[in-house]
Amino acid sequence: MKNTPPKSVSPAVRFPKCPTGISGLDEITGGGLPRGRPTLVCGGTGCGKTLLAAEFLVRGATQFGEPGVFMCFEETDAELRINVASLGFDLGGLVRRKKIVIEHVRIERNEIYETGEYDLEGLFVRLNYAIDSIGAKRVVLDTLEALFAGLPNEAILRAELRRLFRWLKDKGVTAVITAERGREQLTRHGLEEYVSDCVILLDHRVHDQIATRHLRVVKYRGAMHGTNEFPFLIAEDGISVLPITSLGLNYNVLNGRISTGIPRLNAMLGGRGFFRGSSILLTGTPGTGKTITAACFAQASAKRGERVLFFSFEESPNQIIRNMRSVGLRLEPFVKSGLLRFHATRPMQYGLEMHLAIMFKEIAAFRPRVVVVDPITSLIAAGTDFETKGMVTRLIDYLKSEKITSLFTSLTHGGHALQQSEIAMSSLMDSWLLLQDFEGNGERNRVLYVIKARGMSHSNQVREFVISSRGIDLVDAYIGPNGVLTGASRLAQAARETAEALDGKQEAARRKRLLERKRATIEQQIAGLRSEYEADEVELKRMDEQVGARARVLSSERTELGRLRHADALVTAGADATGPNRIIEND
Amino acid sequence: MDRPKPGSRRRPAELWQLRLYVAAQTPKSLTALSNLKKICENHLRGRYRIEVIDLVEQPQLSRGDQILAIPTLVRKLPQPVRKIIGDLSDTERVLVGLDLRAAPSRARRSKRP
Repeated sequence: MKNTPPKSVSPAVRFPKCPTGISGLDEITGGGLPRGRPTLVCGGTGCGKTLLAAEFLVRGATQFGEPGVFMCFEETDAELRINVASLGFDLGGLVRRKKIVIEHVRIERNEIYETGEYDLEGLFVRLNYAIDSIGAKRVVLDTLEALFAGLPNEAILRAELRRLFRWLKDKGVTAVITAERGREQLTRHGLEEYVSDCVILLDHRVHDQIATRHLRVVKYRGAMHGTNEFPFLIAEDGISVLPITSLGLNYNVLNGRISTGIPRLNAMLGGRGFFRGSSILLTGTPGTGKTITAACFAQASAKRGERVLFFSFEESPNQIIRNMRSVGLRLEPFVKSGLLRFHATRPMQYGLEMHLAIMFKEIAAFRPRVVVVDPITSLIAAGTDFETKGMVTRLIDYLKSEKITSLFTSLTHGGHALQQSEIAMSSLMDSWLLLQDFEGNGERNRVLYVIKARGMSHSNQVREFVISSRGIDLVDAYIGPNGVLTGASRLAQAARETAEALDGKQEAARRKRLLERKRATIEQQIAGLRSEYEADEVELKRMDEQVGARARVLSSERTELGRLRHADALVTAGADATGPNRIIEND
Repeated sequence: MDRPKPGSRRRPAELWQLRLYVAAQTPKSLTALSNLKKICENHLRGRYRIEVIDLVEQPQLSRGDQILAIPTLVRKLPQPVRKIIGDLSDTERVLVGLDLRAAPSRARRSKRP
């Protein structure tokens, strides 16, 4: 909660401040209330004026060694003690140890008769006596305006009030004066006229039946201050003002990665999961397993020994633990060992700012390394869209500045608005996972996408998200011509493909065998042909020899014939090759 | 309503115990004391006792009677306790305040500037 503390101009002219010890208020005012001057705290009935004033005194007495006087005009000291005991303040003990004096001033108008000139010296004497009796440095006047009801002469009263504030300044005490809010002016009786140094306005607004308290520093003479309206809450340990304007984009980043708790999801996110200190949005339609995924993440973190704070806005801690047991996630051991803390509230219980305030408080107290908000969309019910975004921005900025990894689940309604409705929020997130369900073949199956994951390579694949009693597993989904196949269709497809693969294998083997046989046959044929050929060759040779022999015989016969017919020498020349034909033709 | 009982109802033997709170010897305080003495002599002769408390000297006593304004006259007795603030210069109102005289309804209700 380091909200831009206004820098003092220079140390030399620094305005002396009196720390209130009220968490957040000192940040807004840059160190506290103006020291030695009166501060006016105004607001309507029941907005926490008295408690703020009381805390200012108690913190002063216990933390800053500054005793204080509580002068109350409305409550008796016994009533006051009981009232502030609700903040855990032991006023009685402080009174006994002379740290605080409670001075109850009772004014009954019908007891008082005015008979001429008077002043309020009695009040001064009492206050002075009370201050001096314990050396008080702080004074609360609650509510001074009761004087207006009690004293008939307003002219005298106003003059005396002016004197009182002057006197308080001279006394050097830091005073808080409470006053009722007026219709047209800050206070009903215009006390702001007298207190010009610091005015704080408290407000208790009801929006959509949800009340939220706000605090605003209207005026702070001589010092810079946060001018915004800040929500504040009154809890068991006092008032917390939440200077939750955006912290800006200057936080350091971490490079470490942490597991999502689902190995396959880690693989989709570059193999190592989310960045430490990043913000993760998990959107999904009802029943897609957002809480389970969140619980997985929480369990994985707790297993590493990191503290996890789980804000649940829909289910009670016991219900979450029971439900997660059914999917094999055991959260109780971590709750018992203190690593996992649930904080369950109904969204309608408080206003948005109050939720944020409580979350800040819880986070600051528990100091977790991982925060889960399930679901962030429930909070929209407690505020407008714009407010919700503002709140989430502040929450994320805070978590990032504290280096806390945060996972927000977000419930979306089906249809096309699925992603649009998240645009406002998604830009704040570093990683965005989308859980969706597919209907088909009479069943509904879940799939998961990584829509974005800043700073890491991530899978663009859709994965089927299978929840079983053993936990979550991500399975490759089939993407075919008819869309993504999941569930039974995916199994059927897988079986079909397996069968096809088997068929193919068998076919190949069959073909191989066939080929083998063919080769053997061909080889046999080749051998047969070869032997045939060889036989032919032998035959041919034999025939050649026969022809040669016959030719020789013929030739010799022809020679013989020629010789017998007294042929000339010409015939003898071609006798070897053509001799017989020619001889036949010539015949 | 709330019409004060007539002063004559009081028994003459009753002792009036009056306490005047002042803070130092301011002109207002002195005026108040002299006015008080005058009224008592005129209306309560012999049956009154005045106690003057200076809060500058005894500031712790301011608490008991819930004193804010100075001067304040407190009628301790007879009961009930009544408080009259101011320098007691308006004798009529002092008498009404002390329940020594029935208030004229107009005067009782009117706010004095």
